[in-house]
Amino acid sequence: MVTEVASCSFDRLELDSGVTLAPVEVAYETYGELNAARSNAILIVHAFSGDAHAAGEGGWWSSMIGPGKAFDTDQYFVICSNVLGGCRGTTGPGSINPETGCPWAMSFPQVSIADMVRLQKMLIDHLGIGRLLTVSGGSMGGMQALEWAVTYPERVASAIPIATTARHSAQQIAFNEVGRQAIMADPDWNNGNYYGGRLPGRGLAVARMVGHITYMSDESMREKFGRKLRTPDQFEVESYLKYRGYKFVDRFDANSYIYITRAMDTFDLTQRGALPTLFESNEARFLLISYTSDWLYPPYQSLEIVKALRGRNCDVAYCNLDARYGHDSFLVEVEQQTEVVRGFLASTFREAAAGA
Amino acid sequence: MRKVYGRRDFAIIGELIEPRTRVLDLGCGEGELLAWLKENKQVDGRGVEMEGARVQKAIARGASVYQGDLESAVEDYPDQAFDYVILSQTLQETRYPLRVLRGMLRVGKRAVVAFPNFGHYSVRLATLLSGGAPRTDLFPYDWYDSPNIHFLTVLDFEALILKQGWKVERRIFVAGERQVTWMPNLMAEIAVFQVSAGAALNHSITVAAP
Repeated sequence: MVTEVASCSFDRLELDSGVTLAPVEVAYETYGELNAARSNAILIVHAFSGDAHAAGEGGWWSSMIGPGKAFDTDQYFVICSNVLGGCRGTTGPGSINPETGCPWAMSFPQVSIADMVRLQKMLIDHLGIGRLLTVSGGSMGGMQALEWAVTYPERVASAIPIATTARHSAQQIAFNEVGRQAIMADPDWNNGNYYGGRLPGRGLAVARMVGHITYMSDESMREKFGRKLRTPDQFEVESYLKYRGYKFVDRFDANSYIYITRAMDTFDLTQRGALPTLFESNEARFLLISYTSDWLYPPYQSLEIVKALRGRNCDVAYCNLDARYGHDSFLVEVEQQTEVVRGFLASTFREAAAGA
Repeated sequence: MRKVYGRRDFAIIGELIEPRTRVLDLGCGEGELLAWLKENKQVDGRGVEMEGARVQKAIARGASVYQGDLESAVEDYPDQAFDYVILSQTLQETRYPLRVLRGMLRVGKRAVVAFPNFGHYSVRLATLLSGGAPRTDLFPYDWYDSPNIHFLTVLDFEALILKQGWKVERRIFVAGERQVTWMPNLMAEIAVFQVSAGAALNHSITVAAP
Protein backbone atom coordinates (compact mmCIF):
# COMPACT_ATOMS: atom_id res chain seq x y z
CA MET A 1 0.00 0.00 0.00
CA VAL A 2 1.44 3.35 -1.08
CA THR A 3 1.43 5.45 2.09
CA GLU A 4 2.34 9.05 2.67
CA VAL A 5 2.67 10.76 6.04
CA ALA A 6 2.57 14.51 5.57
CA SER A 7 1.54 17.85 6.93
CA CYS A 8 0.74 21.20 5.43
CA SER A 9 0.29 24.69 6.74
CA PHE A 10 -2.33 27.32 5.94
CA ASP A 11 -1.97 31.04 6.60
CA ARG A 12 -5.30 31.46 8.32
CA LEU A 13 -8.57 29.79 9.23
CA GLU A 14 -11.75 31.70 10.06
CA LEU A 15 -13.60 30.01 12.91
CA ASP A 16 -17.33 29.93 13.62
CA SER A 17 -16.60 31.93 16.75
CA GLY A 18 -15.37 34.85 14.63
CA VAL A 19 -11.77 34.34 15.71
CA THR A 20 -9.11 33.88 13.05
CA LEU A 21 -6.49 31.26 13.73
CA ALA A 22 -3.17 31.93 12.00
CA PRO A 23 -1.28 29.94 10.95
CA VAL A 24 -2.84 26.45 11.03
CA GLU A 25 -0.99 23.17 10.69
CA VAL A 26 -2.69 19.97 9.45
CA ALA A 27 -1.23 16.49 9.84
CA TYR A 28 -2.53 13.94 7.35
CA GLU A 29 -1.82 10.59 5.78
CA THR A 30 -2.78 9.19 2.41
CA TYR A 31 -3.06 5.60 1.23
CA GLY A 32 -3.22 4.36 -2.35
CA GLU A 33 -2.92 6.50 -5.44
CA LEU A 34 -5.01 9.28 -6.91
CA ASN A 35 -6.18 8.31 -10.42
CA ALA A 36 -5.71 10.52 -13.48
CA ALA A 37 -9.33 11.73 -13.39
CA ARG A 38 -8.92 12.58 -9.68
CA SER A 39 -12.20 10.80 -9.11
CA ASN A 40 -11.22 8.11 -6.61
CA ALA A 41 -10.45 10.20 -3.52
CA ILE A 42 -12.02 9.27 -0.22
CA LEU A 43 -11.81 11.38 2.92
CA ILE A 44 -11.90 9.42 6.17
CA VAL A 45 -12.80 11.53 9.17
CA HIS A 46 -11.84 10.27 12.59
CA ALA A 47 -13.77 9.94 15.80
CA PHE A 48 -13.06 11.78 19.04
CA SER A 49 -9.76 10.16 20.02
CA GLY A 50 -8.52 9.17 16.56
CA ASP A 51 -5.79 10.71 14.46
CA ALA A 52 -4.46 10.84 10.91
CA HIS A 53 -3.02 7.34 11.18
CA ALA A 54 -6.11 5.48 9.98
CA ALA A 55 -4.57 2.58 8.07
CA GLY A 56 -1.54 0.31 8.10
CA GLU A 57 0.19 -0.95 11.24
CA GLY A 58 -1.66 0.34 14.29
CA GLY A 59 -4.09 2.42 12.22
CA TRP A 60 -7.37 3.06 14.06
CA TRP A 61 -9.46 1.84 11.09
CA SER A 62 -6.96 -0.58 9.52
CA SER A 63 -9.76 -3.19 9.58
CA MET A 64 -11.62 -1.11 6.98
CA ILE A 65 -8.86 0.61 4.99
CA GLY A 66 -6.23 -1.23 2.97
CA PRO A 67 -5.73 -3.47 -0.07
CA GLY A 68 -8.92 -5.48 -0.68
CA LYS A 69 -10.68 -3.97 2.33
CA ALA A 70 -13.91 -1.94 2.38
CA PHE A 71 -12.03 1.24 1.50
CA ASP A 72 -9.83 -0.58 -0.98
CA THR A 73 -6.53 1.24 -1.38
CA ASP A 74 -5.87 -0.69 -4.61
CA GLN A 75 -8.78 1.23 -6.11
CA TYR A 76 -9.18 4.36 -4.09
CA PHE A 77 -7.02 7.19 -2.79
CA VAL A 78 -7.74 7.50 0.93
CA ILE A 79 -6.97 10.64 2.94
CA CYS A 80 -7.22 11.07 6.70
CA SER A 81 -6.23 14.17 8.65
CA ASN A 82 -6.05 14.91 12.36
CA VAL A 83 -8.90 17.24 13.41
CA LEU A 84 -8.57 20.87 14.36
CA GLY A 85 -8.19 21.10 18.14
CA GLY A 86 -6.45 17.73 18.16
CA CYS A 87 -3.07 16.82 19.55
CA ARG A 88 -1.61 14.58 16.89
CA GLY A 89 0.00 17.08 14.56
CA THR A 90 -2.87 19.42 13.73
CA THR A 91 -3.13 22.77 15.51
CA GLY A 92 -4.81 22.49 18.90
CA PRO A 93 -4.61 23.81 22.46
CA GLY A 94 -1.22 22.14 22.93
CA SER A 95 0.26 24.05 19.96
CA ILE A 96 2.39 27.15 20.42
CA ASN A 97 0.56 30.47 20.22
CA PRO A 98 2.84 32.49 17.89
CA GLU A 99 1.99 35.70 19.73
CA THR A 100 3.18 34.49 23.13
CA GLY A 101 5.60 31.71 22.26
CA CYS A 102 3.78 29.52 24.81
CA PRO A 103 1.19 26.76 24.35
CA TRP A 104 -2.32 28.10 23.80
CA ALA A 105 -3.78 25.92 26.58
CA MET A 106 -7.24 27.26 27.52
CA SER A 107 -6.69 30.49 25.57
CA PHE A 108 -7.12 28.43 22.39
CA PRO A 109 -10.29 29.59 20.62
CA GLN A 110 -13.31 27.29 20.81
CA VAL A 111 -13.56 25.19 17.66
CA SER A 112 -16.60 23.52 16.10
CA ILE A 113 -17.24 20.49 13.89
CA ALA A 114 -17.84 22.98 11.04
CA ASP A 115 -14.39 24.50 11.68
CA MET A 116 -12.79 21.06 11.50
CA VAL A 117 -14.54 20.44 8.18
CA ARG A 118 -13.58 23.86 6.81
CA LEU A 119 -9.94 23.01 7.48
CA GLN A 120 -10.36 19.59 5.82
CA LYS A 121 -11.84 21.31 2.79
CA MET A 122 -8.74 23.53 2.58
CA LEU A 123 -6.63 20.38 2.62
CA ILE A 124 -8.73 18.79 -0.15
CA ASP A 125 -8.37 21.99 -2.22
CA HIS A 126 -4.65 21.92 -1.54
CA LEU A 127 -4.48 18.32 -2.79
CA GLY A 128 -6.23 19.42 -5.99
CA ILE A 129 -9.29 17.23 -5.53
CA GLY A 130 -12.52 18.72 -6.87
CA ARG A 131 -15.02 16.13 -5.77
CA LEU A 132 -14.59 13.41 -3.18
CA LEU A 133 -15.96 9.99 -4.01
CA THR A 134 -17.06 9.78 -0.42
CA VAL A 135 -16.48 11.18 3.04
CA SER A 136 -16.90 8.66 5.82
CA GLY A 137 -16.43 8.21 9.52
CA GLY A 138 -18.09 6.94 12.67
CA SER A 139 -19.26 8.79 15.75
CA MET A 140 -17.71 12.29 15.64
CA GLY A 141 -16.42 11.26 12.21
CA GLY A 142 -20.03 10.79 11.18
CA MET A 143 -20.83 14.33 12.34
CA GLN A 144 -18.05 15.64 10.09
CA ALA A 145 -19.32 13.52 7.18
CA LEU A 146 -22.79 15.05 7.65
CA GLU A 147 -21.29 18.53 7.92
CA TRP A 148 -19.44 17.95 4.64
CA ALA A 149 -22.61 16.80 2.86
CA VAL A 150 -24.65 19.75 4.13
CA THR A 151 -22.03 22.49 3.69
CA TYR A 152 -20.22 21.31 0.55
CA PRO A 153 -22.77 19.10 -1.25
CA GLU A 154 -21.20 19.75 -4.65
CA ARG A 155 -17.84 18.51 -3.37
CA VAL A 156 -18.97 15.00 -2.37
CA ALA A 157 -20.41 12.26 -4.58
CA SER A 158 -21.50 10.48 -1.42
CA ALA A 159 -21.30 10.43 2.35
CA ILE A 160 -21.17 7.46 4.75
CA PRO A 161 -21.96 8.65 8.29
CA ILE A 162 -21.78 5.73 10.71
CA ALA A 163 -23.11 5.41 14.28
CA THR A 164 -23.67 9.12 14.52
CA THR A 165 -26.18 11.90 15.13
CA ALA A 166 -27.24 15.32 13.86
CA ARG A 167 -26.94 16.57 17.46
CA HIS A 168 -25.93 15.20 20.83
CA SER A 169 -28.60 14.13 23.27
CA ALA A 170 -28.56 15.10 26.94
CA GLN A 171 -27.07 11.65 27.71
CA GLN A 172 -24.18 12.15 25.29
CA ILE A 173 -23.45 15.64 26.63
CA ALA A 174 -23.65 14.28 30.17
CA PHE A 175 -20.97 11.65 29.62
CA ASN A 176 -18.70 14.22 27.98
CA GLU A 177 -19.19 16.58 30.89
CA VAL A 178 -18.20 13.86 33.36
CA GLY A 179 -14.98 13.45 31.38
CA ARG A 180 -14.27 17.18 31.35
CA GLN A 181 -14.98 17.49 35.07
CA ALA A 182 -12.67 14.57 35.85
CA ILE A 183 -9.84 16.37 34.03
CA MET A 184 -10.57 19.75 35.64
CA ALA A 185 -10.76 18.17 39.09
CA ASP A 186 -7.18 16.91 38.74
CA PRO A 187 -4.94 19.47 40.55
CA ASP A 188 -2.28 18.89 37.91
CA TRP A 189 -4.65 20.29 35.30
CA ASN A 190 -3.87 23.77 36.70
CA ASN A 191 -6.45 25.58 34.53
CA GLY A 192 -4.90 23.98 31.49
CA ASN A 193 -1.37 25.20 32.15
CA TYR A 194 0.44 21.93 32.62
CA TYR A 195 2.63 21.84 29.52
CA GLY A 196 6.23 21.16 30.52
CA GLY A 197 5.12 19.99 33.97
CA ARG A 198 3.12 17.14 35.48
CA LEU A 199 0.25 16.09 33.21
CA PRO A 200 -3.29 15.79 34.62
CA GLY A 201 -2.99 12.06 34.03
CA ARG A 202 -5.34 10.87 36.75
CA GLY A 203 -8.17 13.09 35.54
CA LEU A 204 -7.63 12.23 31.88
CA ALA A 205 -7.45 8.50 32.68
CA VAL A 206 -10.77 8.63 34.58
CA ALA A 207 -12.33 10.53 31.67
CA ARG A 208 -11.15 7.82 29.29
CA MET A 209 -12.42 5.05 31.56
CA VAL A 210 -15.92 6.53 31.50
CA GLY A 211 -15.64 6.88 27.74
CA HIS A 212 -14.70 3.24 27.30
CA ILE A 213 -17.73 2.08 29.28
CA THR A 214 -19.99 4.05 26.94
CA TYR A 215 -18.36 2.52 23.86
CA MET A 216 -19.09 -1.05 24.97
CA SER A 217 -22.34 -2.88 25.61
CA ASP A 218 -23.60 -4.80 28.61
CA GLU A 219 -23.34 -7.98 26.53
CA SER A 220 -19.80 -7.37 25.30
CA MET A 221 -18.63 -6.50 28.82
CA ARG A 222 -20.24 -9.63 30.23
CA GLU A 223 -18.59 -11.68 27.50
CA LYS A 224 -15.18 -10.06 27.83
CA PHE A 225 -14.90 -9.65 31.60
CA GLY A 226 -17.86 -11.15 33.40
CA ARG A 227 -16.93 -11.23 37.07
CA LYS A 228 -13.46 -12.54 36.36
CA LEU A 229 -10.76 -11.50 38.80
CA ARG A 230 -7.38 -10.14 37.76
CA THR A 231 -5.96 -10.36 41.25
CA PRO A 232 -7.70 -11.52 44.45
CA ASP A 233 -8.95 -7.99 45.08
CA GLN A 234 -9.34 -6.61 41.56
CA PHE A 235 -11.89 -7.44 38.87
CA GLU A 236 -10.71 -7.93 35.33
CA VAL A 237 -12.89 -5.03 34.15
CA GLU A 238 -11.29 -2.65 36.66
CA SER A 239 -7.83 -3.62 35.53
CA TYR A 240 -8.80 -3.23 31.86
CA LEU A 241 -10.28 0.23 32.30
CA LYS A 242 -7.30 1.46 34.30
CA TYR A 243 -4.92 0.09 31.71
CA ARG A 244 -6.81 1.78 28.86
CA GLY A 245 -7.18 4.99 30.85
CA TYR A 246 -3.49 5.39 31.67
CA LYS A 247 -2.42 4.28 28.20
CA PHE A 248 -4.53 7.12 26.82
CA VAL A 249 -2.55 9.68 28.81
CA ASP A 250 0.54 8.83 26.78
CA ARG A 251 -1.04 9.82 23.50
CA PHE A 252 -3.74 12.37 24.22
CA ASP A 253 -3.74 15.93 25.48
CA ALA A 254 -6.21 16.72 28.28
CA ASN A 255 -7.02 20.17 26.87
CA SER A 256 -7.77 18.63 23.45
CA TYR A 257 -10.19 16.36 25.30
CA ILE A 258 -12.01 19.41 26.62
CA TYR A 259 -12.04 21.30 23.30
CA ILE A 260 -13.06 18.40 21.09
CA THR A 261 -15.82 17.13 23.37
CA ARG A 262 -17.21 20.69 23.46
CA ALA A 263 -17.17 20.76 19.66
CA MET A 264 -19.17 17.51 19.62
CA ASP A 265 -21.65 18.73 22.23
CA THR A 266 -22.33 22.03 20.47
CA PHE A 267 -22.72 20.41 17.04
CA ASP A 268 -26.40 20.71 16.07
CA LEU A 269 -27.39 20.63 12.42
CA THR A 270 -30.96 21.55 13.31
CA GLN A 271 -29.84 25.00 14.43
CA ARG A 272 -29.45 25.79 10.74
CA GLY A 273 -32.98 24.68 9.90
CA ALA A 274 -35.23 21.66 10.08
CA LEU A 275 -33.24 18.60 9.00
CA PRO A 276 -35.20 17.91 5.79
CA THR A 277 -34.67 21.47 4.55
CA LEU A 278 -30.90 21.05 4.98
CA PHE A 279 -30.97 18.20 2.46
CA GLU A 280 -33.22 19.97 -0.06
CA SER A 281 -32.07 19.04 -3.60
CA ASN A 282 -28.90 17.42 -2.23
CA GLU A 283 -27.59 15.22 -5.04
CA ALA A 284 -25.08 13.23 -3.01
CA ARG A 285 -25.70 9.56 -2.27
CA PHE A 286 -25.92 8.64 1.41
CA LEU A 287 -25.26 5.44 3.30
CA LEU A 288 -26.06 5.53 7.00
CA ILE A 289 -25.24 2.67 9.32
CA SER A 290 -26.23 2.19 12.93
CA TYR A 291 -25.68 -0.70 15.33
CA THR A 292 -28.34 -2.54 17.31
CA SER A 293 -26.31 -2.60 20.55
CA ASP A 294 -25.03 1.00 20.31
CA TRP A 295 -26.64 2.78 23.25
CA LEU A 296 -24.36 5.84 23.08
CA TYR A 297 -25.41 6.75 19.52
CA PRO A 298 -28.66 4.78 19.35
CA PRO A 299 -30.18 3.84 15.97
CA TYR A 300 -32.98 6.40 16.41
CA GLN A 301 -30.42 9.16 15.90
CA SER A 302 -29.40 7.75 12.51
CA LEU A 303 -33.05 7.15 11.65
CA GLU A 304 -33.85 10.81 12.28
CA ILE A 305 -31.33 11.77 9.59
CA VAL A 306 -32.47 9.02 7.22
CA LYS A 307 -36.11 10.09 7.60
CA ALA A 308 -35.16 13.67 6.73
CA LEU A 309 -33.27 12.47 3.65
CA ARG A 310 -36.17 10.27 2.55
CA GLY A 311 -38.54 13.17 3.14
CA ARG A 312 -36.65 15.05 0.43
CA ASN A 313 -36.34 11.93 -1.72
CA CYS A 314 -32.55 12.03 -1.48
CA ASP A 315 -30.62 8.93 -2.53
CA VAL A 316 -30.13 7.19 0.79
CA ALA A 317 -29.41 3.64 1.95
CA TYR A 318 -29.70 2.69 5.59
CA CYS A 319 -29.13 -0.43 7.63
CA ASN A 320 -29.13 -1.15 11.32
CA LEU A 321 -26.47 -3.82 11.67
CA ASP A 322 -26.78 -6.56 14.24
CA ALA A 323 -23.73 -6.27 16.46
CA ARG A 324 -22.84 -6.98 20.06
CA TYR A 325 -20.06 -4.52 20.71
CA GLY A 326 -22.03 -1.34 21.31
CA HIS A 327 -20.67 1.90 19.89
CA ASP A 328 -17.29 0.26 19.29
CA SER A 329 -18.90 -2.03 16.71
CA PHE A 330 -17.99 0.25 13.82
CA LEU A 331 -14.33 -0.23 14.72
CA VAL A 332 -14.27 -3.89 15.69
CA GLU A 333 -17.18 -5.75 14.09
CA VAL A 334 -16.52 -4.84 10.50
CA GLU A 335 -17.61 -7.87 8.47
CA GLN A 336 -21.15 -6.74 7.61
CA GLN A 337 -20.05 -3.12 7.49
CA THR A 338 -17.41 -4.07 4.92
CA GLU A 339 -19.98 -5.78 2.71
CA VAL A 340 -22.32 -2.78 2.53
CA VAL A 341 -19.62 -0.11 2.30
CA ARG A 342 -17.77 -1.98 -0.46
CA GLY A 343 -20.91 -2.39 -2.59
CA PHE A 344 -22.11 1.15 -1.97
CA LEU A 345 -18.72 2.59 -2.94
CA ALA A 346 -18.43 0.45 -6.06
CA SER A 347 -21.83 1.55 -7.35
CA THR A 348 -21.16 5.18 -6.46
CA PHE A 349 -17.84 5.02 -8.28
CA ARG A 350 -19.50 3.48 -11.36
CA GLU A 351 -22.25 6.11 -11.39
CA ALA A 352 -19.83 8.98 -10.86
CA ALA A 353 -17.73 7.70 -13.77
CA ALA A 354 -20.82 7.32 -15.97
CA GLY A 355 -22.05 10.79 -15.05
CA ALA A 356 -18.68 12.45 -15.61
CA MET B 1 -41.93 -16.75 -20.33
CA ARG B 2 -38.74 -15.04 -19.31
CA LYS B 3 -37.61 -14.88 -15.70
CA VAL B 4 -35.49 -12.35 -13.86
CA TYR B 5 -33.56 -13.81 -10.93
CA GLY B 6 -35.77 -16.86 -11.32
CA ARG B 7 -38.94 -14.87 -10.88
CA ARG B 8 -41.67 -14.32 -13.44
CA ASP B 9 -43.15 -11.37 -11.57
CA PHE B 10 -39.78 -9.58 -11.85
CA ALA B 11 -39.70 -10.20 -15.60
CA ILE B 12 -43.22 -8.80 -16.04
CA ILE B 13 -42.57 -5.77 -13.84
CA GLY B 14 -39.27 -5.24 -15.61
CA GLU B 15 -41.17 -4.97 -18.88
CA LEU B 16 -43.80 -2.59 -17.47
CA ILE B 17 -41.37 0.00 -16.13
CA GLU B 18 -40.46 2.73 -18.61
CA PRO B 19 -36.74 3.56 -18.90
CA ARG B 20 -35.17 6.42 -16.97
CA THR B 21 -38.01 6.71 -14.45
CA ARG B 22 -38.03 7.00 -10.67
CA VAL B 23 -38.97 3.78 -8.93
CA LEU B 24 -39.68 2.80 -5.33
CA ASP B 25 -39.69 -0.94 -4.59
CA LEU B 26 -41.50 -1.78 -1.36
CA GLY B 27 -40.37 -5.06 0.17
CA CYS B 28 -37.46 -5.16 -2.25
CA GLY B 29 -35.72 -8.17 -0.71
CA GLU B 30 -32.10 -8.36 -1.78
CA GLY B 31 -32.57 -5.63 -4.36
CA GLU B 32 -32.48 -7.95 -7.39
CA LEU B 33 -35.27 -6.14 -9.25
CA LEU B 34 -33.82 -2.70 -8.44
CA ALA B 35 -30.40 -3.77 -9.67
CA TRP B 36 -31.94 -5.20 -12.85
CA LEU B 37 -33.95 -2.03 -13.47
CA LYS B 38 -30.90 0.16 -12.88
CA GLU B 39 -28.81 -1.93 -15.25
CA ASN B 40 -31.37 -2.43 -17.98
CA LYS B 41 -33.71 0.55 -17.70
CA GLN B 42 -31.44 3.14 -16.10
CA VAL B 43 -34.05 3.83 -13.44
CA ASP B 44 -33.37 5.93 -10.35
CA GLY B 45 -34.44 3.39 -7.75
CA ARG B 46 -35.05 3.18 -4.02
CA GLY B 47 -36.08 0.25 -1.92
CA VAL B 48 -37.56 -0.58 1.45
CA GLU B 49 -36.95 -3.88 3.19
CA MET B 50 -37.42 -5.00 6.77
CA GLU B 51 -35.03 -7.92 7.06
CA GLY B 52 -31.47 -6.85 7.87
CA ALA B 53 -29.54 -9.56 6.03
CA ARG B 54 -31.50 -8.81 2.83
CA VAL B 55 -30.92 -5.07 3.21
CA GLN B 56 -27.18 -5.65 3.49
CA LYS B 57 -27.16 -7.76 0.32
CA ALA B 58 -29.23 -5.14 -1.49
CA ILE B 59 -26.92 -2.27 -0.50
CA ALA B 60 -23.90 -4.42 -1.37
CA ARG B 61 -25.51 -4.83 -4.78
CA GLY B 62 -25.58 -1.05 -5.16
CA ALA B 63 -29.28 -0.47 -4.44
CA SER B 64 -30.34 2.42 -2.21
CA VAL B 65 -32.37 0.49 0.28
CA TYR B 66 -33.85 1.59 3.57
CA GLN B 67 -34.18 -0.91 6.40
CA GLY B 68 -37.62 -0.48 7.86
CA ASP B 69 -41.27 -1.44 7.81
CA LEU B 70 -42.76 -0.69 4.40
CA GLU B 71 -46.18 0.21 5.78
CA SER B 72 -44.81 3.13 7.76
CA ALA B 73 -41.88 3.85 5.43
CA VAL B 74 -44.17 4.76 2.56
CA GLU B 75 -45.54 7.62 4.67
CA ASP B 76 -42.19 9.42 4.74
CA TYR B 77 -41.67 10.11 1.05
CA PRO B 78 -42.91 13.34 -0.52
CA ASP B 79 -46.04 13.40 -2.72
CA GLN B 80 -45.61 12.05 -6.25
CA ALA B 81 -41.88 11.50 -5.76
CA PHE B 82 -41.86 8.39 -7.97
CA ASP B 83 -43.12 7.35 -11.38
CA TYR B 84 -43.73 3.82 -10.13
CA VAL B 85 -44.14 2.27 -6.72
CA ILE B 86 -43.72 -1.49 -6.83
CA LEU B 87 -45.16 -3.98 -4.38
CA SER B 88 -44.29 -7.48 -5.51
CA GLN B 89 -45.72 -10.51 -3.73
CA THR B 90 -46.10 -8.57 -0.51
CA LEU B 91 -49.60 -7.03 -0.49
CA GLN B 92 -51.04 -10.20 1.05
CA GLU B 93 -48.49 -9.89 3.90
CA THR B 94 -49.28 -6.31 4.89
CA ARG B 95 -51.46 -5.57 7.88
CA TYR B 96 -53.46 -2.79 6.18
CA PRO B 97 -53.36 -3.36 2.40
CA LEU B 98 -55.67 -0.47 1.51
CA ARG B 99 -53.57 1.97 3.52
CA VAL B 100 -50.47 0.71 1.71
CA LEU B 101 -52.12 1.10 -1.70
CA ARG B 102 -53.22 4.65 -0.83
CA GLY B 103 -49.69 5.46 0.29
CA MET B 104 -48.29 4.04 -2.94
CA LEU B 105 -50.57 6.24 -5.05
CA ARG B 106 -49.71 9.27 -2.95
CA VAL B 107 -45.94 8.95 -3.36
CA GLY B 108 -46.07 7.53 -6.89
CA LYS B 109 -47.90 8.25 -10.13
CA ARG B 110 -48.52 4.53 -10.60
CA ALA B 111 -48.63 1.50 -8.36
CA VAL B 112 -47.45 -1.83 -9.71
CA VAL B 113 -48.79 -4.65 -7.59
CA ALA B 114 -48.08 -8.35 -8.05
CA PHE B 115 -49.78 -10.94 -5.87
CA PRO B 116 -50.55 -14.67 -5.83
CA ASN B 117 -54.14 -15.30 -6.90
CA PHE B 118 -56.07 -17.10 -4.20
CA GLY B 119 -58.81 -17.75 -6.75
CA HIS B 120 -56.63 -20.12 -8.79
CA TYR B 121 -58.34 -23.46 -9.36
CA SER B 122 -55.58 -25.38 -7.55
CA VAL B 123 -56.31 -23.43 -4.40
CA ARG B 124 -60.04 -23.91 -4.73
CA LEU B 125 -59.60 -27.63 -5.33
CA ALA B 126 -57.20 -28.07 -2.45
CA THR B 127 -59.66 -26.49 -0.06
CA LEU B 128 -62.60 -28.36 -1.48
CA LEU B 129 -60.93 -31.75 -1.41
CA SER B 130 -58.95 -31.53 1.81
CA GLY B 131 -61.36 -29.43 3.80
CA GLY B 132 -58.33 -27.66 5.30
CA ALA B 133 -56.50 -24.46 4.57
CA PRO B 134 -54.95 -24.87 1.14
CA ARG B 135 -51.32 -25.89 0.73
CA THR B 136 -50.33 -25.60 -2.90
CA ASP B 137 -47.30 -24.64 -4.97
CA LEU B 138 -48.62 -21.10 -4.89
CA PHE B 139 -49.34 -21.09 -1.15
CA PRO B 140 -46.79 -23.53 0.21
CA TYR B 141 -47.18 -22.70 3.91
CA ASP B 142 -49.05 -24.30 6.75
CA TRP B 143 -51.72 -21.98 8.09
CA TYR B 144 -49.74 -21.37 11.30
CA ASP B 145 -46.47 -20.28 9.74
CA SER B 146 -47.64 -18.45 6.63
CA PRO B 147 -46.46 -14.87 6.10
CA ASN B 148 -49.73 -14.31 4.20
CA ILE B 149 -52.35 -12.69 6.38
CA HIS B 150 -54.79 -11.70 3.64
CA PHE B 151 -56.01 -13.92 0.85
CA LEU B 152 -57.19 -12.08 -2.22
CA THR B 153 -58.21 -13.01 -5.72
CA VAL B 154 -58.06 -11.19 -9.03
CA LEU B 155 -61.76 -10.34 -8.61
CA ASP B 156 -61.22 -8.97 -5.10
CA PHE B 157 -58.44 -6.68 -6.27
CA GLU B 158 -60.39 -5.39 -9.27
CA ALA B 159 -63.38 -4.69 -7.02
CA LEU B 160 -61.26 -2.69 -4.58
CA ILE B 161 -59.72 -0.58 -7.34
CA LEU B 162 -63.18 0.13 -8.75
CA LYS B 163 -64.54 1.05 -5.33
CA GLN B 164 -61.66 3.47 -4.73
CA GLY B 165 -62.27 5.14 -8.10
CA TRP B 166 -58.79 4.24 -9.22
CA LYS B 167 -57.86 3.05 -12.68
CA VAL B 168 -56.30 -0.22 -13.77
CA GLU B 169 -53.88 0.78 -16.54
CA ARG B 170 -52.52 -2.70 -17.22
CA ARG B 171 -53.25 -6.19 -16.02
CA ILE B 172 -51.10 -9.21 -16.71
CA PHE B 173 -51.89 -12.73 -15.57
CA VAL B 174 -49.53 -15.64 -15.49
CA ALA B 175 -49.70 -19.37 -14.85
CA GLY B 176 -46.54 -21.43 -15.01
CA GLU B 177 -44.58 -20.27 -18.02
CA ARG B 178 -47.61 -18.90 -19.86
CA GLN B 179 -49.54 -15.69 -19.94
CA VAL B 180 -53.23 -16.17 -19.11
CA THR B 181 -55.94 -14.31 -21.02
CA TRP B 182 -58.96 -16.53 -20.37
CA MET B 183 -60.75 -16.62 -17.01
CA PRO B 184 -57.88 -15.11 -15.06
CA ASN B 185 -59.57 -15.40 -11.68
CA LEU B 186 -59.62 -19.17 -12.11
CA MET B 187 -56.53 -19.68 -14.25
CA ALA B 188 -53.94 -17.10 -13.12
CA GLU B 189 -51.37 -17.98 -10.50
CA ILE B 190 -49.87 -14.55 -10.36
CA ALA B 191 -51.58 -11.26 -11.16
CA VAL B 192 -49.73 -8.05 -11.92
CA PHE B 193 -51.68 -4.81 -11.93
CA GLN B 194 -50.56 -1.33 -12.86
CA VAL B 195 -52.86 1.12 -11.13
CA SER B 196 -53.11 4.89 -11.18
CA ALA B 197 -55.29 7.24 -9.22
CA GLY B 198 -57.03 7.90 -12.54
CA ALA B 199 -59.35 10.77 -13.32
CA ALA B 200 -61.33 10.30 -10.15
CA LEU B 201 -58.63 11.51 -7.83
CA ASN B 202 -59.62 10.15 -4.48
CA HIS B 203 -59.87 12.67 -1.68
CA SER B 204 -57.75 10.40 0.47
CA ILE B 205 -54.80 10.94 -1.85
CA THR B 206 -53.13 14.28 -1.50
CA VAL B 207 -51.23 15.43 -4.52
CA ALA B 208 -48.73 18.25 -4.36
CA ALA B 209 -49.33 21.25 -6.59
CA PRO B 210 -47.29 20.98 -9.78
